[in-house]
Amino acid sequence: MEDLQKLETAIIAEITACDDLSRLEDIRVAEIGKKGRVSLMMREIGKMSPEEKKTFGPKLNALKNKINNAIADHKAELEAQALNLRLLSEHIDITLPSSPENLGSIHPITQVMDEVAEIFTEIGFSIAEGPEIEEDFYNFTALNIPEEHPARQMHDTFYLPEDADGNRKLLRTHTSPVQIRTMMSGPPPYRIIAPGRTYRCDSDATHTPMFHQVEALVIDKDIHMGHLKWCIEEFCRKFFELDNVKIRFRPSYFPFTEPSAEVDIGCAFKDGEILIGEGDDWLEIMGCGMVNARVLENVNLDPGEYQGFAFGMGLDRIAMLKWGIPDLREFFAADLRWLKHYGFAALDIPSLSTQNHKTGGK
Amino acid sequence: MKFTLSWLKEHLDTTASITEISEKLTAIGLEVEEIINPADDLAPFIIAEVIEAAPHPDADKLQVLKVHTGNKTVQVVCGAPNARAGLKGAFAPSGATIPTNGMKLKPTKIRGVDSNGMMCSERELGLGEDHDGIIDLPADAPVGVKFADYMLMDDPVIEIAITPNHQDALGIYGIARDLAAAGLGRLKEPDISPAESKFNCPQKVVLAHEKSCPVFAGRYIRGIKNGPSPEWLQNKLRSLGMKPISALVDITNYLTYDMARPLHVFDADKLQGDIVVRRSKAGETLSALDDNDYILPDDACVITDDSGVIGLGGIIGGASTACQDDTVNVFLEAAWFDPITIAMAGRKLGIDSDARYRFERGVDPETMLPGIEIATKLILDICGGEASDVVVSGKTPTISKTVSLRPSRVGHLGGVDVSEEEIIAILEKLGFMVSRAQGKLDVVTPSWRCDIDGEADLVEEVLRIHGFEHIRAAPLPPASRPITVGLNDMQKRVRMAKRAAANKGMREAVTWSFLPSAQARLFADLKPELVLDNPISTDLDAMRPNLLPNLITATARNMARGFKNIALFESGNQFSNDRPEGQSLVLAGIRRGQDSQKSWANTPKDVDAFTAKADAESILKAIGTKIDKAQIVAEAPSWYHPGRSGVIRLGPKNILAYFGEIHPAICKALDVKGPIVGFEILLENIPFSKSGQKSGNSRGVLNASDFQAVERDFAFVVNRDVAAADLIKALRITDKKLIEDITLFDVYMGPGIDDNQKSVALSVKLQPKDRTLTEEDIEIFSAQAIANVLNMTGGVLR
Repeated sequence: MEDLQKLETAIIAEITACDDLSRLEDIRVAEIGKKGRVSLMMREIGKMSPEEKKTFGPKLNALKNKINNAIADHKAELEAQALNLRLLSEHIDITLPSSPENLGSIHPITQVMDEVAEIFTEIGFSIAEGPEIEEDFYNFTALNIPEEHPARQMHDTFYLPEDADGNRKLLRTHTSPVQIRTMMSGPPPYRIIAPGRTYRCDSDATHTPMFHQVEALVIDKDIHMGHLKWCIEEFCRKFFELDNVKIRFRPSYFPFTEPSAEVDIGCAFKDGEILIGEGDDWLEIMGCGMVNARVLENVNLDPGEYQGFAFGMGLDRIAMLKWGIPDLREFFAADLRWLKHYGFAALDIPSLSTQNHKTGGK
Repeated sequence: MKFTLSWLKEHLDTTASITEISEKLTAIGLEVEEIINPADDLAPFIIAEVIEAAPHPDADKLQVLKVHTGNKTVQVVCGAPNARAGLKGAFAPSGATIPTNGMKLKPTKIRGVDSNGMMCSERELGLGEDHDGIIDLPADAPVGVKFADYMLMDDPVIEIAITPNHQDALGIYGIARDLAAAGLGRLKEPDISPAESKFNCPQKVVLAHEKSCPVFAGRYIRGIKNGPSPEWLQNKLRSLGMKPISALVDITNYLTYDMARPLHVFDADKLQGDIVVRRSKAGETLSALDDNDYILPDDACVITDDSGVIGLGGIIGGASTACQDDTVNVFLEAAWFDPITIAMAGRKLGIDSDARYRFERGVDPETMLPGIEIATKLILDICGGEASDVVVSGKTPTISKTVSLRPSRVGHLGGVDVSEEEIIAILEKLGFMVSRAQGKLDVVTPSWRCDIDGEADLVEEVLRIHGFEHIRAAPLPPASRPITVGLNDMQKRVRMAKRAAANKGMREAVTWSFLPSAQARLFADLKPELVLDNPISTDLDAMRPNLLPNLITATARNMARGFKNIALFESGNQFSNDRPEGQSLVLAGIRRGQDSQKSWANTPKDVDAFTAKADAESILKAIGTKIDKAQIVAEAPSWYHPGRSGVIRLGPKNILAYFGEIHPAICKALDVKGPIVGFEILLENIPFSKSGQKSGNSRGVLNASDFQAVERDFAFVVNRDVAAADLIKALRITDKKLIEDITLFDVYMGPGIDDNQKSVALSVKLQPKDRTLTEEDIEIFSAQAIANVLNMTGGVLR
């Protein structure tokens, strides 16, 4: 008995004193391994008398368990020490810069088209498109702009050569021909916007030979100018993300609408910048009106049954206004410095929930 | 169209302020573009009297003046030869800015003598060209009074934009009429009493083409004396920026602006025989008043006499019969010309005149006789002489017509409820004659409103005078029939493709749809139908047959700015002919340099054809292309490097994309240092998934297997010309169901392998669906796979 007690004290002391994991394993093998000292003693139990067995057996078992536990505890302790020691040596310069990302970007024209599509989708529009090389009929004649009309001179048209049939194609001067193509493609009602490239033979500080417009067309049975005004107000509030945009309609003239109006938006001109939603100045942003009865007749719709409105505005222009982009010409220069500065992240996809503005309360 | 406030008030009796007038003009559709008051610039200038003029002690040409400015006397050194004691002129005190040169005056010394301010010349104040001396005012000019006030220059000049439907506002009288209708004052009627006829008009006029000139009124005036027009008339023309020429010319210009009535005055002694108004013959010529010689088309309306063409009716007069200072007898013309004839001839000949501008928009034919009487009166007053009777040839055309208006249409179309009484009142104030007829109004249009076409025009007239601000916004009602909303499948695809390209690290550019034809030729045969007749410059003369060239030249520009790694893309249309079906939507991208920036953490790789291939595949996958079903073959078009490019296609015909290194010859022709790699995705060629449409948005059931997957690696030695795709195919057909994925992870050429061979290492992932694979299963698979590779590619296991 006393031997066992002594043995236990000695072994535990040896375990506790051990400072090396492999030596600890050696101790385990030497004491409780298959041929270990305590294991051999336990093998002797079989040869003992029942009496001896009864007293000696449990004690030896207890000794084995104690050794096992002591080794496990000390092993965990040594492992923790070893880990701490390793971690102390494993240290990096966390100020080293991360690998550079190759960021791409989306052009402001795409971004503005996507925003406009979101806003008009919410109020029930679909998106229509049409050819950029147009026929005179769709670009002018069907829109109530006959050859000799003074309005044709307001359009500096790019022409292509006459074809064999004497037809002269042109680059569309506005997105309005999509109105005609839409109305000729099926029965009313129509609620479309038509964004796209447009062309005019003009190049100076504020004009480029190519630019972008978006056209809207709503034709149904009881559409009036009040609906037009509502659409434009909704659009301006959502697009410019302003609660209180001042909007002014003033009479104007377009051959394809009657009555016609131009829309001004309230703004301030400050230090060469245009601030939308402030001040007492006005800035023209679009032309609009009720579709001229002649246009409806040109596409075989009965103006007695159907009526509606159309409007068109410059997408480049509203992008410049919203994001404070000063120079139109830079839009088309593919200058990486500009694309980086004015471009949008790939994942910055406009959605209705990202166009923040207040509503209601009136 | 420009006019002064004082001129407007000659026709409009109003107490409205300039601000009220300006706001009302814009509100009724005569948009004010600018208001300039010439007095603003001259505010500091006052009338002063020279009370003493003494020689400068140190300069022969200078004088030292004592100038009395009303409340004090200042000393001014002056170099004007006409400066003298007693002269009254325009004085600029220190602090004033000279409007024509922006010079700000300050006290100074000239050759040692103090000088405080300046006596000004006409030119310095922008009043004329006279710079020989300082302004010399009449002796009764009041000292100390503002110079601008004394000169009656406190008169704002208003410039309005004229829309093509407002031919009536091309005269100041018409503008006054519109403002009066809008409630801003009372229109004053001009005096059009006829001049006394002293003799019968001796000049005969024959109208030989009634369509282009249906009516022509003429009057002979004899014994006149031409010369400079009086000050009041000169000032009026100058205030609108016009140069006075002579009394006769100034009078016609005055009427053009005052009542939108162009007239012409011939020197009657230069006319030969009868005046015949007819259509021009092609090749006839005219030496016009603008000092240009014109060769006429065959459809202009010309005024002729025995000598030939002496004027282009309604556009410009001829030099041969022009009035000069020595003109004694004149023939005054007031006619009406067909707007379309005028517009076409004016456009063909490129003549922009005040007369053309008005006639092509439609001159009020009823101003013909009033115009001739007012002009006669002015000629007799200013130039003397005596007038004949007025001879009218032809018949005044009727512009007026009757248009029906249902009063309810103002609300139904215009969105504003206006009472029938107010509708009638507004139209009558605008000069329409209205009568009630069975629930609608019969509206007779005035002769000055040729633009009124139908009911909607009348709605607009009512609305603009009632006020557009009264239109109430109303939410759109539901469509009367269900309609589709939102983006269509192609539009969704374009949006996804662009965002996927940007997500790959490329920057979206938007470049011109046109390019130099020399560059277009590198990518397609140049079709004449795609070359612009009137390009903005020769650099932008052809519609682009391809998106790459603009991106490549943009790359060159960015390289010149110092960029080394460039990745650009564009999505847009390219054109193969001038018909709608010749327009196709493409997303193209290019890369140059390395695939990333230098970094301590990883080594950048030079971009190559595989970078472009990865871009193309990545975007194709993002837009839902079943890329596994596509073939990749080395048959890219000529603008790619023939050995380093490919085509991604479905079946032999349907091309989804091209990719590869741009042909070095193309880079050279576009003046950019390669290598450049690029790709083009032909967005319209990719089939839309049909099943997706049938089963709606369901993604189908996930069939994930819980049995363990097994990976086996193989390395085959094959001839170098064996395509990797063929090796993969040989492996895949071994068991299409069992194989989940094949990865090619190494290609080796070099020591240990024959010169004409390569070693290709692949990893095959087997995913059983119904049981765990045994070692035997795998052995059987491997043996079959190796056999397939041998049969199909000649490859042997390494």
